[in-house]
Amino acid sequence: MEPRPKLLSLLTGLSVLLFLATLAVVFLYAPLEARMNYVQKVFYIHISTAWVGMLGFLAAAAAGVAFLATKNLKWDIVEVAAVEISLVFFFIAIVTGSIWAKPSWGTWWTWDARLTTAAILEMIYLAYLLLRQGIEDPERRARFGAVYTLIGGLSVPVTFLSIRLWQTIHPAIIGTASAQAQGGFAMAPTMLQTMFFALFTFSVIFVTLLWHRVRLGRLAEKVEQRKLQEFK
Amino acid sequence: MIRVRKLVKRFGLKTVLRGLDFDVQQGEFVAVLGPNGAGKTTFLRILASLSRPSLGEVVIAGCRLPAQAVALRARLGVVTHQPLLYGDLTAEENLRFFARLYSLPDPGERIEAVLEQIGLAPRRRDLVRTFSRGMQQRLAIGRAILHDPEVILFDEPHTGLDQNACDMLDQVLRDVAARGRTVVMTSHDLSRVEPLATRFDVLDRGLICASAAPRDLRGNLLDFYREALAK
Amino acid sequence: MTRNRPSPPAARPPSLPPRPRGGFGRAVLAILWKDLAAEMRSRELLSAMLVFALLVILIFNFAIELAPALRSTITPGVLWVTLAFAGTLGLNRSMAVEKDRGCLDGLLLAPVDRSAIFFGKMLANLVFMLLVAAILLPVYSLLYNINLFRPGLLLVILLGSLGYVAVGTLLAGMAVQARTREVLLPILLFPVIVPVLLAAVRASGGFLQSAPFEQILPWLNLLIGYDVIFLAVAYMVFDFIVEE
Repeated sequence: MEPRPKLLSLLTGLSVLLFLATLAVVFLYAPLEARMNYVQKVFYIHISTAWVGMLGFLAAAAAGVAFLATKNLKWDIVEVAAVEISLVFFFIAIVTGSIWAKPSWGTWWTWDARLTTAAILEMIYLAYLLLRQGIEDPERRARFGAVYTLIGGLSVPVTFLSIRLWQTIHPAIIGTASAQAQGGFAMAPTMLQTMFFALFTFSVIFVTLLWHRVRLGRLAEKVEQRKLQEFK
Repeated sequence: MIRVRKLVKRFGLKTVLRGLDFDVQQGEFVAVLGPNGAGKTTFLRILASLSRPSLGEVVIAGCRLPAQAVALRARLGVVTHQPLLYGDLTAEENLRFFARLYSLPDPGERIEAVLEQIGLAPRRRDLVRTFSRGMQQRLAIGRAILHDPEVILFDEPHTGLDQNACDMLDQVLRDVAARGRTVVMTSHDLSRVEPLATRFDVLDRGLICASAAPRDLRGNLLDFYREALAK
Repeated sequence: MTRNRPSPPAARPPSLPPRPRGGFGRAVLAILWKDLAAEMRSRELLSAMLVFALLVILIFNFAIELAPALRSTITPGVLWVTLAFAGTLGLNRSMAVEKDRGCLDGLLLAPVDRSAIFFGKMLANLVFMLLVAAILLPVYSLLYNINLFRPGLLLVILLGSLGYVAVGTLLAGMAVQARTREVLLPILLFPVIVPVLLAAVRASGGFLQSAPFEQILPWLNLLIGYDVIFLAVAYMVFDFIVEE
């Protein structure tokens, strides 16, 4: 067992502290939104997880391309790590989005372009995990996974566009004012600061988790290697 | 004709071929022997350009793999344990399809000749689905030699064939060899390859561990094979 | 390691004539011809797709009220869901045929570009999709007394099917190599095919309701854009799903 890198331990501690600090800032520093009161607080978590999750999927697609170019399995480990973490982040984003939607639009779910695309993205990466599960050979698994992240990554913006188009041609089902349908509200400067702080925190948390997960993948690989050696 | 240097093939963490060297001159008939799991099929798939080497150099008929694979494929025939044929097409249609893929200049005549050679001319209009295992294997060989390749690779061609079909197969193999074509064949059936090959290589744990021509076999092939594996 | 090389046999092979390199289009057509000829013989794939498609329509008939007033709005949805479901059957089968008897290796051994194999298989799948549509449309028209033979709708079916089989052939190629093959294809395919289905349903609906062309055009553009992007991507990555 190799020792955990110092920087990683540091990052882990920092993530915990930052998360607590974010909670404090969200609840104590940021002003209470006039119309929605405390429910609006979920917005900070929502926007951060959604953004970071999105970046994670981009990172996964980039790792996929890197794997196809180099055939180095370390990129595969990065790809899976990014997908898994982004999957959780996106799930949080969708749930918090629903919590946000209920009081503001009176429904848990709307077929808004971003919401729907997020759900489809989630499905794509669940399919990705199922695909990987069905393939034994690690090299082939990595190849197929990389191809699928690429296809998925490319289809997501097109999906978003198509749903946008659908929305503009057909009026939004719930909520008529389009600004409100987009979740807009007047943002106080302190709210903006809080949002950026939360965004920073979740980015750090993402990097920390990614590192942990990549390290775990590496260790699992080593265990496999040991097993193979003993078998021989 | 074939030159392989320090060939390594890894599947994920598993290393199947570990720095294998292998040379074949034009016109040789090399039998690659070895126990199950020694890497014979993997090795042959790399020579067939179906699998990419992880490391090392593979040059066949002047074409370097994997860069010049397309050029090589036109000069290479491969027979694997599976027939690689379409059950819903007739024998003739199968050959015609492959003749098109290989852009043969005069397919009709060539298909005729091959059907004669493998003894399937009377059944040419029958669906391959209705063929016995032995007939399918013969047609598979017909498919592999259709474009008159310079190098032919056979992966365990005798597997699953009865005595009669094996003899027929051997006759085709001899014909091919007599035409000066280079042949590499994997097998674990020593008695079958003994009268055919001009060289025996033993592949074990990802390396060629012994090699001999028929006249160098002091005892018989079986002793040589056992000795090689014991090393 | 000593290696004894027997002297090469006296019969040297005659010098081989230079071989023509397999033309790309020729190989594509050869594979298309092969798939169509085999299908004409067995009719396994088409009959399965067709029977399934008719069953889906039957089920829709009971599941949702295909009332005359609603037909022109619901029809495109029913049509495309049916085509998409039946399509996965065909895609799976068409790739399984190559995989099960090792035929894919036979194709890969041929001196043709890998993308020619992709385009050949894709065109064959496209033909099967269009054949199913060609039978589905008159049957549906007959059953529900609605005229589906409009040039606009036919164009949408062509564009939608093209995008569908472009991604579908690629993903089916991956799915058949997995342990969970038949189950996997729809799961892989449907989330990435959403834009095609959405655009195709909207555009078909537009043509059926005789909507102004400016309203349909963005959907047609979307379909064309998707087709172009994913044909290009599939062309580029097909190598990775067949090469070890």
